[in-house]
Order: sequence, then structure tokens, then C-alpha cells
Amino acid sequence: MSDMLISSSESDKKMKLASKITRPVNWNKIEDPIDLEVWNRLTSNFWLPEKVPLSNDIPSWATLRPEEQSLTMRVFTGLTLLDTIQGTVGALTLIPDALTMHEEAVYTNISFMESVHAKSYSSIFSTLSATAEIDDAFRWSEENVNLQRKAEIVLNYYRGDNPLKRKVASTLLESFLFYSGFYLPMYWSSRAKLTNTADLIRLIIRDEAVHGYYVGYKFQKGMELETPAYRAEIKAYTYDLLLELYENEIKYSADLYDPLGLTEDVKHFLHYNANKALMNLGFEALFPHESTQVNPAIMSALSPNADENHDFFSGSGSSYVIGKHEATKDEDWEF
Amino acid sequence: MPRIVYFSNVSENTKRFVEKLDLPAVRIPLQASEQIEVAEPYVLVTPTYGNGKDESGVPKQVIKFLNIKKNRDLIKGVIAAGNTNFGDKYCYAGELIAKKCNVPLLYQFELIGTPHDVTTVKERMDLMWKQF
Repeated sequence: MSDMLISSSESDKKMKLASKITRPVNWNKIEDPIDLEVWNRLTSNFWLPEKVPLSNDIPSWATLRPEEQSLTMRVFTGLTLLDTIQGTVGALTLIPDALTMHEEAVYTNISFMESVHAKSYSSIFSTLSATAEIDDAFRWSEENVNLQRKAEIVLNYYRGDNPLKRKVASTLLESFLFYSGFYLPMYWSSRAKLTNTADLIRLIIRDEAVHGYYVGYKFQKGMELETPAYRAEIKAYTYDLLLELYENEIKYSADLYDPLGLTEDVKHFLHYNANKALMNLGFEALFPHESTQVNPAIMSALSPNADENHDFFSGSGSSYVIGKHEATKDEDWEF
Repeated sequence: MPRIVYFSNVSENTKRFVEKLDLPAVRIPLQASEQIEVAEPYVLVTPTYGNGKDESGVPKQVIKFLNIKKNRDLIKGVIAAGNTNFGDKYCYAGELIAKKCNVPLLYQFELIGTPHDVTTVKERMDLMWKQF
């Protein structure tokens, strides 16, 4: 009931504003410094999958057993689904709730980058696999009950009428729900397999950290305007939703990882990231320290040392930079 | 008793961590034009910003604070906040300050810190202060 009241009064306010005047966004007048800081961070992080030499992973892909290949494809279609939701629904539904015009602009950037992420999985597929296998993996993700359930839970909140709950759903997606999938490329990378694919995934992981931080921050700003009683209600709701998603995540992870015996290892990674999602929202960690101890191989795959470039000749490795270019001159063609 | 000097931007993640430590703490002002000077030994708590190759990751307010010799002389250690999602730039500000000021990097934590982070930091700070 209280949800209804809040959202209707908020939308009334918006309607009144909108009927009066249409304002152009003025980046020389910043109301919230975090808007500009995050905009700058996101734009300087910009990348495209075409810049990562994925084809160097073809020999390594061939060394994976068929069931390992199929697991990898399924994990990536699952991630594609989440990025599709974030790019086409999630980030966009946050725009009407924005407190500043700069915040609206940041969401458009997030939305676009999520679409870049979604598309980059297709680059991985087309590089490594054949059409029939790609179609199989997409069919699996459309038919997997637990993956569909995960999408449905989040989409329900995006379609709902509560701005704070939408931000909770968004932050849990960005900071928690991706990680059952992110685990696998880090696992392969720790075994020196699909290392270029892992480079691309690390770029996505970096972006998701900024997205989760930003939406979580805006959530906290929104919470400041509410009564203590309502804040307590939203907090309880957040932990409930996290646990609902967590239970589903455990089943989804078992569907994927049981055949390789990795599910227990994945769980630690999930606990660790669930705590970070809560902290992004300003709430205390839920899972106890022991249960969040991630396999060190996975942690070091997340953080490859810049001077331990695993694939010197690919020009890629952990030290990814966007290529610089210059116009050709006549002299360039004198051999 | 151990003392903290910390910086936290308007998102206040680092501030929330410091509050959980429940130790005497001074915040470096957000406005880089405002300067503070300390008179007693302290441990610095700082977040890490940016992740570009050319960026130090140290907030400019912290750089200004450490540019004052007296403040630099009294630093006993550094604790850095960050996010492992940023790979090898995780808590980079802490590594850099530890190296430049020749003090130990006591601890690294993420976001607002977990209860385990809080207990560990308190233990290490106590141990450190006993040695003075």
C-alpha cells in the first residue's frame, strides 16, 4: 500500500514538472558529484569486443571436452540473457526515477554498455563454435527453469511501481546474479584456457562493479528521503529478495556445474559476491566469512598481475588497452 | 589508543567502514582547498579511485594531505578500500602510499567492509599501537 502512495505522488511530481517545461541537461551545473565521476569512469572504461583477440582462443577451445564446451556455451547464453534484460529493460526503467538529469544520462550509458556486453558473448560464440551448437545453447537457456525463474523475478520488479525496489533488483542483478556465470571463464583462465575470453569477461566484470556501485549509491540517496519505518521495510525486503534469488541461484549453479563437480566452489564465489551486492546497497554482509572464502585460483584469475602477461604474443593479456590509431601518410606505403 | 585519519567521498563507503571501527577518527575534508594537519601518529584509511594506467588511484584530497610534511611524518600505516572487480588495480592507492611513505599496508577491504574486516583491522591496530 505504501508503495502505491509513494510512487503515485512521485509520478505526480514528475507529471507537473513535465507539463511545465522541458529542461536541457546542463553538465556545467552538477547537483551530485557522483554523477559526473561515474560518467567519466564509464566513458573512460569504454571498450568493444572486436578489440579483444578472441580468435587466439580457438586452439584452447579445441582442448576442452564436449561437456566442458557445452557448459561454457550454456553459461554464456545465461549471461547474455541477463545482459539483455539490463540493456533493454533494467537500466531504462531506472530513468524515470532519476533524481538528477545527469543520473538519467548515466543510465543511458549503462544501458548501452549492457547491450555491448550482451553482444560480446555472441562474438565469443561465433569465434569458437558452430551455428548448431550456438542454437543448442540458446535453446537450453530458454528451457532451463531456474534461469527463466531468475529472469522472471528480476523483471517483475522492473515492471513494478516501486523505485527503491527496482534499484535493489538492479543492484542484485549487477553485483550478484552474474557471478554464477562469471565463475567459469575465471576457472578456465586459472587453468590457462580461453584466456582471451577471460580478458573480455574481466572488462565486463569491471563495468558491472561501477554499475552496481552507482545504482546502489542512488538507492541509498533515495532511502535517505524515507521514514525509518519504511527504510526498515525496504531493508527486510532486500534480504528476502536476496535469499529468494540465492536459493534459485544454487539450483541454477547445480544444473550447470554438478557434472564437473564444481558447484561447491561456485557457492563460495556466490556468497562472496552476494555480500558485495548488499554492501553496494549500504547493507551489512549476510554470509559469514568462512563461506565467502573463494578458491584462490579464481581470485587470482580475477586479478591477473599486469607484469605476468599470460599471452605475450596476442598483444592482449590482462593489460588491455584500446588501440590507438592515426591517419596513414604517403610514406607509410613506401616499402 | 589507535587513531585514524580517513578520506571518504560523498558515497561515504569508507566513512561507514571507519565508523564501524569505533576508534578516534578525523576525516580529510572533501573540499581540496580545506587543509588539515595532524599532531599525533595515525593510520590512514583511503579508497582507491579510477583504474586507468596513468592514474595513481589516490584521491586528490589525500595527496594534498600527504603533501604536508608533518602529516607525512606521523603516518604509521595505511588501509585501503577497493573492489576486486578492478583486477590488479584493487586497493592500488594503498600500495602506492605504503611505498611512497615507507609504511606497511595494513589491510585491504572492499566497499563498506564485512564484520570480519572490522575485527581484523581492530586487532592489527591494537597490536601496532602496543609497539609504540
